[in-house]
Amino acid sequence: MTGHDAMVAAARPDGAGPPAWGADEVCVVYGKTVALDCVTVAALPGQVTAVVGGDGAGKSTLLRCLAGALTPDSGTVRRPVKERSGYFPASSGIYPDLTVAENLDFRARGYGISRQVARQRAAEYLDRAGLARASGRLAGQLSGGMRQKLAVIAAMLHHPDLIVLDEPTTGVDPVSRSGLWWLIARAAAEGCAIVLATTYLDEAERCASVLVLDSGTVLASGTAEKIVAAMPGSLRAVAARPEGEPAARSWRRAGTWRGWDPDSGRLDAGPAGRHVITPDLQDAVTVAALAATPGGAA
Amino acid sequence: MSALASCSKVTKRFGRFTAVREVDLQVGPGEIVGLLGANGAGKTTLIRMLLGLLSTSSGEVALFGEPPSRLTRSRIGYVPQGLGLYDDLSPAENMAFAAAIFGAGGTALPAPVRPYARELVGSLPLGVQRQVAFAQALAHHPDLLVLDEPTSGVGPLSRARLWETIGDAAEAGAGVLVTTHYMEEAQECGRLVIMADGRVVAAGTAAEIVGNRQVIVVEAESWSAAFRALEQAGLQVALAGRGLRVPGASSAQVRRALGDLPAAVRQVPATLEERFFELTQQAPAPEAAS
Repeated sequence: MTGHDAMVAAARPDGAGPPAWGADEVCVVYGKTVALDCVTVAALPGQVTAVVGGDGAGKSTLLRCLAGALTPDSGTVRRPVKERSGYFPASSGIYPDLTVAENLDFRARGYGISRQVARQRAAEYLDRAGLARASGRLAGQLSGGMRQKLAVIAAMLHHPDLIVLDEPTTGVDPVSRSGLWWLIARAAAEGCAIVLATTYLDEAERCASVLVLDSGTVLASGTAEKIVAAMPGSLRAVAARPEGEPAARSWRRAGTWRGWDPDSGRLDAGPAGRHVITPDLQDAVTVAALAATPGGAA
Repeated sequence: MSALASCSKVTKRFGRFTAVREVDLQVGPGEIVGLLGANGAGKTTLIRMLLGLLSTSSGEVALFGEPPSRLTRSRIGYVPQGLGLYDDLSPAENMAFAAAIFGAGGTALPAPVRPYARELVGSLPLGVQRQVAFAQALAHHPDLLVLDEPTSGVGPLSRARLWETIGDAAEAGAGVLVTTHYMEEAQECGRLVIMADGRVVAAGTAAEIVGNRQVIVVEAESWSAAFRALEQAGLQVALAGRGLRVPGASSAQVRRALGDLPAAVRQVPATLEERFFELTQQAPAPEAAS
């Protein structure tokens, strides 16, 4: 499907069930660079979807389309009206010269939530995220992790139907990350659909569904189990770095080497000294990236 | 095997605040040691003392068997979190500058960087910038490599390639000290040291630190109903795919909290991250609340 239509109505594809948000066959071109090449992703209520990939994979572009901040060159975006979505851009969208409480008050007023409801929600979220004692501090003086948590709270304060979070946990320490994941789980438990970008696969594994992007194309998508099951070829654990051509299809993992063989089945017995292993999401995504690299596959 | 870097009973106080308390840490040749801890745990202060940028309040720091100095600094390769590159120089110019400072010979650009040789570093993708920073830190063949969050923000394949570079340096005999916030990355280290509130709270391999700890996993028909029930019972709940993990709770507690909700409850081995929280939350609260 082609077209020029970022649309704003709640789509109910089956006429009943809850609205399913997402993007269908979305393409975005910046000058000569194809930032997104026919990317499809669904965001379901009560579920967290992870968009995984490195720098330049197209994660932010896809998220900007879902948030309505960017109109794709072709394809369809299904998203709630602006008041029913929440967006956390990579720059976090927080006013540094307002306090934590003022930022949230301002956000709540913008969404037309009553002061009382907003304060009640803010108090609970701030408390659970470990920010309760910081509510009088200027947002510009918060640590990186605290600012990220504030930005996620600001994006979920109005109980939107869709929340889009661009790398909320990058560079954040484990304690703040755990607070962020609590906020994300809480929003999903309230029925919100969440799409978040991350470069970490242990985070993607926490999500109900995963979309792996590389240079604007989809390398893999589905549940983590499905992506692992769909990995082509077989994987072996090797004690030392392979020589010659197989080196390009090998990588270091936890002190040993993984070698990917695109041509053999997963149950084939390997030569002596090489052990076929069951891949995990990290392996499957690395293989998908290798397979997409010129010279990496065959 | 003599340690390349060694801290014994190192303490650092800033006024009344103690940032590092009696820390012992060794990095030997060929070893990759991961330093883990939340913000404020004392990791950066410890590294600054190791690099000779900060003096100790008590205890001893030794690099290659002597106190930190400009001479010992010349045997260290350091990649700070901000990478320490000049954005308005090209990769080759950055490397030439670092080589001149360390009195090292010229080094070829790594293959992934070559297509960008003439562009300004500030305009390059993050993964390529990291490759430049690594190449620059390794150009003078340091005996000790200190890396602060080496792969933050790069994709899985680029991260694997960066870890190959780190592994190659270790195999050639360098000692490596890495700080990271990510347990995925911690698994790449031969040995881990976990800090909380300025102290070392655990040290060993990832497997040794996790031990036989178990955690409860809940697979419920309605995960959101299960989440609310567990929350209301005051338990810590974390998302896990289509299920939930409840660290620190017994299966009896979890079943009681779930009540009549249809759900499968089972025990699985704890992750390093779950063990990390168990260890770091036992530590006493910091003296100076921020």
